[in-house]
Amino acid sequence: MAETTIKYTMMAGIFATSLGGAAWAGGPADDKLVIDDELEITTRVKAPEGHPLDEVISGWHYRTDETRALEADSFQNPGMLYVERGEEIWNTVEGDAGKSCASCHGDASESMKGLGAAYPKWDEKAGRPLNIELQINKCREDNMQAEPYKFDAADQKSLTTFIKHQSLGMPVRLDLSQGDMQAWWDKGKEVYYRRTGQLNMACANCHEDYNGNYIRADHLSQGNVNGFPTYRLKQSAMVSLHNRFRGCIRDTRAEFPAAFSDELMALEVYVTWRATGLSVETPAVRQ
Amino acid sequence: MAAPKPRVKVPKKASKGEVITIKTLISHPMESGQRKDKKTGELIPRQIINKFTCEFNGQVVFTCDMDPAVSANPYLEFNAKIEDSGTFKFTWVDDNGSVYTTEKKLTVE
Repeated sequence: MAETTIKYTMMAGIFATSLGGAAWAGGPADDKLVIDDELEITTRVKAPEGHPLDEVISGWHYRTDETRALEADSFQNPGMLYVERGEEIWNTVEGDAGKSCASCHGDASESMKGLGAAYPKWDEKAGRPLNIELQINKCREDNMQAEPYKFDAADQKSLTTFIKHQSLGMPVRLDLSQGDMQAWWDKGKEVYYRRTGQLNMACANCHEDYNGNYIRADHLSQGNVNGFPTYRLKQSAMVSLHNRFRGCIRDTRAEFPAAFSDELMALEVYVTWRATGLSVETPAVRQ
Repeated sequence: MAAPKPRVKVPKKASKGEVITIKTLISHPMESGQRKDKKTGELIPRQIINKFTCEFNGQVVFTCDMDPAVSANPYLEFNAKIEDSGTFKFTWVDDNGSVYTTEKKLTVE
């Protein structure tokens, strides 16, 4: 019989209220992200040419010690549950064509590797950039003859998380030379710096001018998107990028545009570029 | 989310007398029973994992009750001192009567 000594730690996702941690001192925490003691994640990198900041810093550095630790252990990371669910969907046949994602794309760890680091991509037929969610929907309609996912359907978030996770650790790099990507980048930049809402705030006010400071109890990051979809402890669920965009815009007390609208897609192109060089962290863990 | 799925991390091998760390995680919404449906205003009924047990060769190693303040996807970590080879059995009990179990073998060398 085994003699047992017992010690237990309960990690309920209530770290948002936990006190202490270096992060309270303000500014990004001085720390290194290594997932499972194996995979080094680039969380600080010199900004690309034309970037308004000197250094691009992942939102990971702005979270508490406990939240950062969750992301460093792929077993503890609750987002990995959604990666597993996404893998099930990947292999599940749906639609009139009798196909699953795997029927055409095979092993995702090969076929999807690097893909999440390079989206949104220009789509010639649609005449606009597509992000991973819309690319999935396009595939579902055209190739699987299945219903496209509604915005933020549980399966859409899990599958997007699974696909983006295949690029874990790879640097974000957008190709702005495709189609009219540059024009969308310009439009996204305009959205980023445009003040909106009753509070009259632009994305840049928090994430460029005041990152590292506190807005009430919230430690402002640079608003980089390399970890999306992100597991947010506040929601105890995956949060998609366009959901987060809308949440931020709502907080400025403005009317928020529809998910995947031209405005938010342009913003996605622009802010993805702002995260150039950071590793994909999906599924990142945030407050 | 789909049906709750347990995940457990236990080393496959240990030396006699070694203290090992066991990590467990289960996907579960842990609906507290205090939230209201935004559309109807009705209370969403409580549904949580209310009990967790870990047994080794039939002997209880660790057990705990859980309450509604525990957030979604509960993670538990605890240690066990190993003297013999055997099988860990993990059990989660849901408010709706469902029981989720998984087992892991460990060899002493």
